[in-house]
Amino acid sequence: MENWLMLTLVGKDRPGIVAEITHALFDLQGNLGEASMTRLGGNFTIMLMVYVPEKKTVVEEKLRPVCDKLKLFFHLDEIEAGLHQHIEPDVRISIHGADQAGIVARATDALNKAGLNILNLESDVGGNTDSPVYVMHIEGVAGKGLEAVDQALQKLARENDVVARMTPIDTMVG
Amino acid sequence: MALLNVLIYPDERLKQISQPVKEFSEDIKKFVRDLEETFRSFPGCVGIAAPQVGRFERIVLVDISYKPQHVNHGFLVLINPEITSSEGASLGREGCLSVPDYTGKVERAKSITLEACNENGEEHQFRMSGYEARAVQHEIDHLDGKLFLDRLVSRRNALSKRIELST
Ligand SMILES: [Zn+2]
Repeated sequence: MENWLMLTLVGKDRPGIVAEITHALFDLQGNLGEASMTRLGGNFTIMLMVYVPEKKTVVEEKLRPVCDKLKLFFHLDEIEAGLHQHIEPDVRISIHGADQAGIVARATDALNKAGLNILNLESDVGGNTDSPVYVMHIEGVAGKGLEAVDQALQKLARENDVVARMTPIDTMVG
Repeated sequence: MALLNVLIYPDERLKQISQPVKEFSEDIKKFVRDLEETFRSFPGCVGIAAPQVGRFERIVLVDISYKPQHVNHGFLVLINPEITSSEGASLGREGCLSVPDYTGKVERAKSITLEACNENGEEHQFRMSGYEARAVQHEIDHLDGKLFLDRLVSRRNALSKRIELST
């Protein structure tokens, strides 16, 4: 494990943000690790691992003006992390239906009890304003087996009037 | 028999195009045995291509018989393989011996018709689909200097393109 920093940025989306931020990090001789950027509700969000020879306070000092200019909230944490730590998911789950309060909590709670370790989760609201539809995609590792996950999803579907199904992920290595 | 050394990306040699086998010599048979031994030394692996061990001839091995949930032809030695027709599209997750610690979603033809020789030079035709067809397409890509990294589909694309998710 090495000493990485986790940089979190949130703000109104506009073109060129990633380029400006990564350029600033490059100027600090930063080494980028894994990153995930996505638009949520029209906002730009990114979390990225960066390894910088400088102290956290120095990095903060240099990033502050860039983030102020781009009007981004920024947050920097010292984390214990390492590359090459990927875990392979063995199941993919899709859940969708009319939007309802608490569905993400009920779904993830049921899956947690069924032994699922979530590696990836995307939750979205589509449809239109009058009849919103939520769609959730999850990938994870079924710690208690696929059968347990399948049963949890069937129960979830029955009790919440949603469509919930799973597909095993069988990664082909060759 | 000997274990062969597997090339790891970004080794440039993985981009080299392999040449057809012209003579089904004893040397080819011996190489196929070594390639098989190398392939079997990686648990969970279902195929290997000659260029992955630095031999740039059109030879691939595929064996998914230990995954009986997928229809398959058993252990296949495919020399000078040629996909003569393909149908449909499916998305599935792939990894590669030459690309450790990374997997991703790749679109492949759902079913293919394939012509290839075995190590004795006898020509065979195969029809296959799903997982086995995916493995063969992945290995033939190696013969053309391509990796699954060249064909990655992002998660969001995968949702919007409405391709059938098979694995
Ligand atoms: Zn490969």
